[in-house]
Amino acid sequence: MKWLLVAIMVSATTVGEVLQALGMRRHGEIRDFRPTAIGRAMALLARNRYVIGSIAAMAISFFAFMKLLSLSDLSFAVPVSAVTYALETILAKYVLKEQVNWLRWAGASLVICGVALVSL
Amino acid sequence: MSSEISRLRVKTWICATVVVLSNAFGDFFMKRGIPVSAQLASPWQYIGALFQPWVALGVALLVLWQMSRMALLSWADLSYVLPVTSVGYVVVAFIGKVMLHETITPVRWAGIVLIVAGVALVSGGTAPRTHQPADVPAEPTVGATA
Repeated sequence: MKWLLVAIMVSATTVGEVLQALGMRRHGEIRDFRPTAIGRAMALLARNRYVIGSIAAMAISFFAFMKLLSLSDLSFAVPVSAVTYALETILAKYVLKEQVNWLRWAGASLVICGVALVSL
Repeated sequence: MSSEISRLRVKTWICATVVVLSNAFGDFFMKRGIPVSAQLASPWQYIGALFQPWVALGVALLVLWQMSRMALLSWADLSYVLPVTSVGYVVVAFIGKVMLHETITPVRWAGIVLIVAGVALVSGGTAPRTHQPADVPAEPTVGATA
């Protein structure tokens, strides 16, 4: 049960964050930070399929995390969630077509180890 | 073109700072304000908890966190945003030390060093955006005709 929840949480987080990045990239760079412009951008994003999908996936991930916390400690739940960094970096390269050079792989690897250590 | 790169870099740093601080302080105020789980028996008590001042401040900061993160992702790569915003774990550790007088164990210090090194590699060594903004088609919207 514990590992099933981990699998649900990790895959939902990964899908949600990749969809969020995809949706925001399709929307294009936000340049105007005045309240009316932000309101207009939010109205557009509320109809963006990728953004809607990302919110649904993140909601699933949130409830799976809550359920996992009721079965295990925070010191188990947070380090395993660092796996999403690896999966999302791989998807960033192959789905989002980002140039993930060796500096980014090295940086992501250091962060994954660091997050696991900090939350032990 | 170099001015375009530096413009994006400054904008990225400002936005990433908002993402990191709103996440760390949002979590902190939620933890500070939320009563122990034994007192949250019914859904109504959860909704009631949202109107306690510290929890409301925490929720407001977490809303700001998601909005600033989405703004950041509108121009920066996911493989850049992920490691760079992970500096939030370090901020949370220091908030715990300064405001809650938690001790930072040697293992956690080692983790902090690794995270800071990873953030420095990615933020110092790579540009925030590697894809071409002109490459992507217009956003699809629900209800739009194909």
